Amino acid sequence: MFAGLDTTKSMEQPDPNVVAAAVTGHAGMEDSDGKRMLWVSHMVHIRDTRDQAAFKELFEHFAPRVKGFLVKSGADASLAEECAQEVMATCWHKAHMFDPARASVATWIFTIARNRKIDLLRKQRRPEPEDLGWGPEEDPDQADVLALQQESEQLGRAIAELPAAQRELVQRAYFGDLSHSEIADQTGLPLGTIKSRLRLALERLRHAMK
Amino acid sequence: MQNEIKHHLTDEILMGYAAGTLPEAFNLMVATHLSLCDTCRAHAESYDALGGELIAQTPGNDVTMDDDSFAATMSLIAGGAPDEIRVPRVAGSILPGPLQDYVRGDLDAVKWRAIGMGVKQAILPTSRDASARLLFIPAGAAMPDHGHKGTEMTMVLQGAFQDEDDYFARGDVEVADSDLHHTPVADIHEDCICLAVTDAPLEFQGLLPKIAQRFARI
Repeated sequence: MFAGLDTTKSMEQPDPNVVAAAVTGHAGMEDSDGKRMLWVSHMVHIRDTRDQAAFKELFEHFAPRVKGFLVKSGADASLAEECAQEVMATCWHKAHMFDPARASVATWIFTIARNRKIDLLRKQRRPEPEDLGWGPEEDPDQADVLALQQESEQLGRAIAELPAAQRELVQRAYFGDLSHSEIADQTGLPLGTIKSRLRLALERLRHAMK
Repeated sequence: MQNEIKHHLTDEILMGYAAGTLPEAFNLMVATHLSLCDTCRAHAESYDALGGELIAQTPGNDVTMDDDSFAATMSLIAGGAPDEIRVPRVAGSILPGPLQDYVRGDLDAVKWRAIGMGVKQAILPTSRDASARLLFIPAGAAMPDHGHKGTEMTMVLQGAFQDEDDYFARGDVEVADSDLHHTPVADIHEDCICLAVTDAPLEFQGLLPKIAQRFARI
């Protein structure tokens, strides 16, 4: 997954028992919130059986986070509420588009929320690249799914372990709808400092993904 | 062709694309480049993953949803998925899909305007915080010498161009900041078509181009 941070990583074969556990939805791996594989299996249930109970759990976990992201990006509370509901409804409608071998559920929801933000707050179109010509497979290889989900877990840990000043800057770069020079204005730090601090943060993340 | 791209997008631009903080014209540049460049596409996905992890790590208890939020969402869902209008894209065009959406068709739909010395341009409809245009430079011809305010990115779609330092072919992106004065020259073998985006107006040096600039809105 994390080609941007590490293009040389080889994929290790995960333990088949772990894969089996992951497939059945019982998280067979530890992760930061213990639920990474659970969200994946919820998405599969939403896609295949329109499982409302699974959707409710997904909603309760992610909707407030999406709303928080939109508030930080400049939406008022009622617009953020409305928009977060739309993002979650999109998760339901587009469940068949989610590919757990390419993204974590959090990443997928983030991209939907980001696109909605551009549409609603910036009132702009979001140009998307050409399709690769292949959508998600009906049943992606579970080893690929697990490997991807483990890598995103690893990335999550690496972010958590960044020095506070760097982590805060990365958060500002994503949450707040600010360009790097706007961040410089807001923090009073020189633009060069912002850029080098972000570069250092990315280098650390790359290193951690090796 | 794909693996021959030598000049890629910067980390800052790719991160801005993932975060959703770039002007629309820059997003169009990124989407167009990613349509041709697997390397940058993979990088862009990793910046999406970074956004995903950041959202996963927010506490989630500092914001509460309205009381009827879940019920409201279920009735949104019951209302059905919104229609998505997708205009069919022409395969094998020199214009990657995202550009076809802005041109509303293939290369023959581009509304070129001459801006002097055989150079033509077509401004694409984006938000006003930055501008995007297609440039047509006749084979062997030079773009007028110009300096920059802000950031300008130029990506080759057809042909190639050369500046003082480097050679740029299809898919290559030249990123120019305010300190760069350059005179790109189109390769002699073929007319050159580029996508150029900038967050500031270009300033041309020399009288004639300046007048042309006023009329051409660049």
